[in-house]
Amino acid sequence: MDRTTLDLWVGIFVAIGVAALFGLAMKVGNLTSSKIGPTYTVTAAFDNVGSLKPHAPIKSAGVVVGRVDNIVFNSETYEAIVTLNIDERYAFPVDTFANIYTAGLLGEQYIGLEAGGDEVVLKNGDKIDKTQDAIVLEKMISQFLFNKASETEAKADVKAAPPVGVELDSLK
Amino acid sequence: MMKSKLMLSMLHHLRGMGHRMIERTWRLGAGARLFFLAIVYSGESFKRFHLTLREIYFTGVMSLLIIIVSAFFVGMVLALQGYNTLQKYGSSEAIGVLVALALVRELGPVVTALLFAGRAGTAITAEIGLMKTTEQLSAMEMMAVNPIARVVAPRFWAGVISMPILASIFSMVGILGGYLVAVPLIGVDDGAFWSQMQANVDFSADIVNGVIKSLVFGVVCTMIALFEGFDAPPTAEGVSRATTRTVVISSLTVLGLDFILTSFMLVV
Repeated sequence: MDRTTLDLWVGIFVAIGVAALFGLAMKVGNLTSSKIGPTYTVTAAFDNVGSLKPHAPIKSAGVVVGRVDNIVFNSETYEAIVTLNIDERYAFPVDTFANIYTAGLLGEQYIGLEAGGDEVVLKNGDKIDKTQDAIVLEKMISQFLFNKASETEAKADVKAAPPVGVELDSLK
Repeated sequence: MMKSKLMLSMLHHLRGMGHRMIERTWRLGAGARLFFLAIVYSGESFKRFHLTLREIYFTGVMSLLIIIVSAFFVGMVLALQGYNTLQKYGSSEAIGVLVALALVRELGPVVTALLFAGRAGTAITAEIGLMKTTEQLSAMEMMAVNPIARVVAPRFWAGVISMPILASIFSMVGILGGYLVAVPLIGVDDGAFWSQMQANVDFSADIVNGVIKSLVFGVVCTMIALFEGFDAPPTAEGVSRATTRTVVISSLTVLGLDFILTSFMLVV
């Protein structure tokens, strides 16, 4: 085979390979979506972060405005301290509410920011005070069962009372 | 009398076992030696890069057709099978994630390596085995040309370079095949297909690890093919057996190594 045609084919081969890798990185992977430009950092303390992970999205009104940087445990307050990287283009009031939500029924968890009404906005290094923990399914179920149990107990008490009256009636 | 016969046969078996064990260890050592020699003499294959380019053409470019066609069908089948199960849980949009993760993490590198062993590995073994049988290698040595630098190293680097490229092409074409089945054929939403994929496929954790896997498979598959060719008895039967062994050993090594690599990569 001619040297130049061979070179051409190998060149085409390598070009296709690089294009495929580029396509994987851009179209399939998260290399484009993870870029959110310059950010500022705020922290928030949660009693329970559930299965929130670093790189989880931070959404406000459903739009991704940042990503979770890291999550550490504070052994003095026994809380999880979540560091949030929020896009510099978006400013939030200091009384913003940070909730941990779940995307779909079994989806990944993300942080939802609900803006408050304060005039002062969050700056780099600030702390979000108003937080709501992740919903733990077991807790919810046990609470529900507990409520049900106490309800039936109350009913039983009500039911248990009349026989005394009935007895009294029969005595008459 | 019976007892001594039994003892003799047992001894015979033990000796056979020991012999096989020594033989295998020796072959492993010889393979490692060839590997190091190929690395040591690889300067030549970069200095005269057209030698390597020629081998890339024969191992990489010539494998393109089989890689693209099989990737396309693998992707399409994955989408069909995945949809069948996912729609039961009402999450047929996750089909893109399923196809992409399966291809990028596992099927891309592994199936490419298996096809590579069958398509290019056998060719390398047969070529070198025949070179040895027809005493071309000895002739090279007579002319003061180092056969390792001239024959082994270019083929080694060609395999190592070709494999990640082929695996990337495999993954991308497979995802396109899955897209073709999922979106126009089944009717999964186009935007959800790609956005769910992008949300769940991580560049460094999934794509880069897949490329690392294919690099390792490239080294292993090419090295096994080269060694089997170099080690083949100089007869027609010997070359044919060496070619068979290339496919068997490469496939088993790739599958075993894949498990080991995955278990290392998944520990975060």
